Amino acid sequence: MLEGVIFGICALGAVVAGITVFRVDSMARATFALLASFLFAAVPILLLGLSYLGILVVLMMVMEMLIMAVFMVMYMMNPAGLMPMKMVHNNKASIGIAVAVFVMLAAGVLLTPWPAAVTAAKTAAATTAMGTDADPTLALGMDLMGPHMLVMIVIGMVLFATMVAVVVLATDRGRYERFGDDLRRRSPDDPVRGGLGR
Amino acid sequence: MTLQLFLLLASALFATGLYGLLSQQSIVMILMGLELAINGIIVAAAAFWFYLSADRPDGQVLVLLAISAMAVEMAMGFAITTAIFRARDVDMADSASDLVG
Repeated sequence: MLEGVIFGICALGAVVAGITVFRVDSMARATFALLASFLFAAVPILLLGLSYLGILVVLMMVMEMLIMAVFMVMYMMNPAGLMPMKMVHNNKASIGIAVAVFVMLAAGVLLTPWPAAVTAAKTAAATTAMGTDADPTLALGMDLMGPHMLVMIVIGMVLFATMVAVVVLATDRGRYERFGDDLRRRSPDDPVRGGLGR
Repeated sequence: MTLQLFLLLASALFATGLYGLLSQQSIVMILMGLELAINGIIVAAAAFWFYLSADRPDGQVLVLLAISAMAVEMAMGFAITTAIFRARDVDMADSASDLVG
């Protein structure tokens, strides 16, 4: 019962905060509304017993949104409310499409005959039979380091490729611009002279 | 708490994110819509794991995949915004219409 109440409050909070993201004027406030939405949405995940993944979402989102707030200030469309402007385009059609998608998904959710729930007791029995503990975190870890190792490898490669690509994209003038394609230039070609000994 | 309630929450989050994706002008705000939509997928995957196949950790692996997709999307999005802003002073989706077909 208590779990149901907590779920209801958090689900409502997550959706309301999510809508707030696109209603507030300031993009920094939008970032914190998104953070609130993520925190609210993490509680139902925790209620399902996924303590590791729930905490992971919370920690990751707190850090990500704090970094994002900096970018939001950088690219703010209406800094300090000094440049009032419309932040949306095609608003009515967007609302229509979003509502239609929600109605369609909700109809699918409510009308699909879902298979009977796997009960906790059955789960415990199954995991005990497999020789592992009923802890979902342990099961996830054993799975990632075993049958689903490929997923872990691919995620690792993708994250590494992202790091390289992000640095390449975000760098304005790297060493190849400054020292030439073969890095042979004696003094860097900078628009403004500066640095030691120059 | 039932599977249906969780999936309804996920659908609402996804639809809200979709609205942001379609309506926002600023590229970074579009990214926020994308984050919301992926968050809906995380909730849905967690609920599917708990209610339909709690004896196998595959659902959790899907959640992990969605979380990494979120991180990658955010990092790449900001890098691309920085690059295009630096090159052309553009931070709105309407001004970056090179690929309009």
